[in-house]
Amino acid sequence: MDVQAWTYLIVGLTFALYIGIAIWAKAGSTKEFYVAGAGVPPLANGMATAADWMSAASFISMAGLISFMGYDGSIYLMGWTGGYVLLALLLAPYLRKFGKFTVPDFVGDRYYSNAARTVAVICAIFVSFTYVAGQMRGVGVVFSRFLEVPINIGILIGMGIVFFYAVLGGMKGITYTQVAQYCVLIFAYMVPAIFIALQITNTPIPQLGFGSEVAGGGYLLDKLDGLHEQLGFTAYTDGSKPMIDVFFITFALMVGTAGLPHVIVRFFTVPKVRDARVSAGWALVFIALLYTTAPAVAAFARYNLINTVSNTQYAELPSWFKTWEGTGLIAWADKNDDGAVQYVNGKAFAGKPAFAEGQGAQGQRLISNELTDNDNELYIDRDIMVLANPEIANLPDWVIALVAAGGLAAALSTAAGLLLVISTSVAHDLIKKQVNPDLNEKSEVMIARISVAAAVLIAGYFGINPPGFVAQVVAFAFGLAASSFFPVIIMGIFYKRMNKEGAIAGMLSGIGFTAAYIIYFKFINPAANTPDNWFMGISPEGIGTVGMIINFIVSFIVAKISPAPPEDIQELVDSLRYPKGAGEASMH
Amino acid sequence: MEKGKLQEYWATNLKYLIGLLVVWFVVSYGFGILLAEPLNAIRFPEWTGGGGFKLGFWFAQQGSIYVFVILIFVYVTLMNRLDKTYDVHED
Repeated sequence: MDVQAWTYLIVGLTFALYIGIAIWAKAGSTKEFYVAGAGVPPLANGMATAADWMSAASFISMAGLISFMGYDGSIYLMGWTGGYVLLALLLAPYLRKFGKFTVPDFVGDRYYSNAARTVAVICAIFVSFTYVAGQMRGVGVVFSRFLEVPINIGILIGMGIVFFYAVLGGMKGITYTQVAQYCVLIFAYMVPAIFIALQITNTPIPQLGFGSEVAGGGYLLDKLDGLHEQLGFTAYTDGSKPMIDVFFITFALMVGTAGLPHVIVRFFTVPKVRDARVSAGWALVFIALLYTTAPAVAAFARYNLINTVSNTQYAELPSWFKTWEGTGLIAWADKNDDGAVQYVNGKAFAGKPAFAEGQGAQGQRLISNELTDNDNELYIDRDIMVLANPEIANLPDWVIALVAAGGLAAALSTAAGLLLVISTSVAHDLIKKQVNPDLNEKSEVMIARISVAAAVLIAGYFGINPPGFVAQVVAFAFGLAASSFFPVIIMGIFYKRMNKEGAIAGMLSGIGFTAAYIIYFKFINPAANTPDNWFMGISPEGIGTVGMIINFIVSFIVAKISPAPPEDIQELVDSLRYPKGAGEASMH
Repeated sequence: MEKGKLQEYWATNLKYLIGLLVVWFVVSYGFGILLAEPLNAIRFPEWTGGGGFKLGFWFAQQGSIYVFVILIFVYVTLMNRLDKTYDVHED
């Protein structure tokens, strides 16, 4: 069997599994639809949370990014895992005790204000759509590369699958599908990693191989530092970002993660406060498995890549190079006409490659970009490292097919979780809580299903016609979550005196500052987006941290000079703090 | 339950949180970022006879994550015990 046959087989089997689970886990009530009946065991919830949260970006792009960033890639590793500690210690148990369906629910009730609820709903929907468009795109990329169908058909197939199990099963269907998807994606991630660790370092455990000696002597990381120095890159284990920026970006990613609505809502699905605590722990165990493997994969891929392409004649390059060149994600311009690939620091040309008709002297695709005057001849899209890794390492066809199935599992599981947040926000927080409180349960589930369906269609549209700014808005999504949800929820739990006035003023100033900063540097004046112009040297990616601090300060001051919250709200805060005693854990 | 007892419970909870968050900060922002450069002078793991990792780099890309996992489980254990002591545990 060839790669394509293997891919059809493995992807087909996993899809059949997801659909089977959806039929088995059909949701009947709002409680089942929104929070899986709050009956999910903590271990399963941990797995579902891990799959929910590890997106196409974690699976497909992250190791590639780290591979090219070296030490600087640590911002993603620490930022996205460290946020879980905050989530587990500061948010999850209390939100579970609160026992409602959504984050806007908490904001609206705790701050006794529909205005605050509405701000939260808008943030939740914005963050979710930003994310989901990226997932759909990921599905399309995997389909087009491995099944050789056009990207748009791939997106339609992905939409169809998500549509089926999200609309039918709600949170219950999604949760159990995500458990299956976690198993698929982690298997697909680990198998090639183990193969490659064995090949390069003779150690089956990538986390250890990462710090071992390569065949032929010398430690892998020392070899990489040496190669980097030779080719003019910064050493792999040293960063090139300023320390203050690394610090602020890591922090923004941490609090942003803790504030992501589709992750928080997962802790509403377990039976008890105690379960919410431990289930965050399990989620991090499952995430850590991938997140400690990724930097090892990144280093292996970097080593393999440099050794394979650097100063190799184009005619002698392995076939994966030409396959990816065909997709436009690799390009080579033979600047000095020696027929060999010179890969050194610097950009071969500005922007993405624009291919011209015809072939060059070596049979390479010609590009029409204006070339830069440095010696680098190679353009590589960072996203392909994980997908191409098995090919670069010459692994068997079924491993390549497995990676395709894993990428799809990661993208679909995250997309489904996000779509559910969008539908609950619309059906529950907007319609039930604000427009028509008399809505009966059956109609509410119906409206929730219709909103999932509508959300799938909109997400698919954005996947097929991606707005050019998807990459930019990701910074936005994290910045927004960091500067809005995180402070508001923390204060809601830990500061009893925090009132409506403080929360709203804090959210508006935090979001306002963060949004203005990002919009200025990313959209209005991208040319000025350099460290010299940044506030204290903090990039737009890290500015959410400052927004968060502003939110905390403003809300604190405003709360001090305005009346204390009503008695019953102070009692509500008390009840959040004790698993039992001041009102039982609400059964929704 | 009386109010004083509950306040005591909450104060202990906050004490645990501060302790755990200090560790959280030290391993990531401390060892992984602020002190990464001096720590990189130390090779790790020693017992393999030299070691292929620089310590600061290892904390940034591996060590901090392991510590994060441990922190959550320590928190779970501490809180479950505290819940029992103050009789606020469920079931």
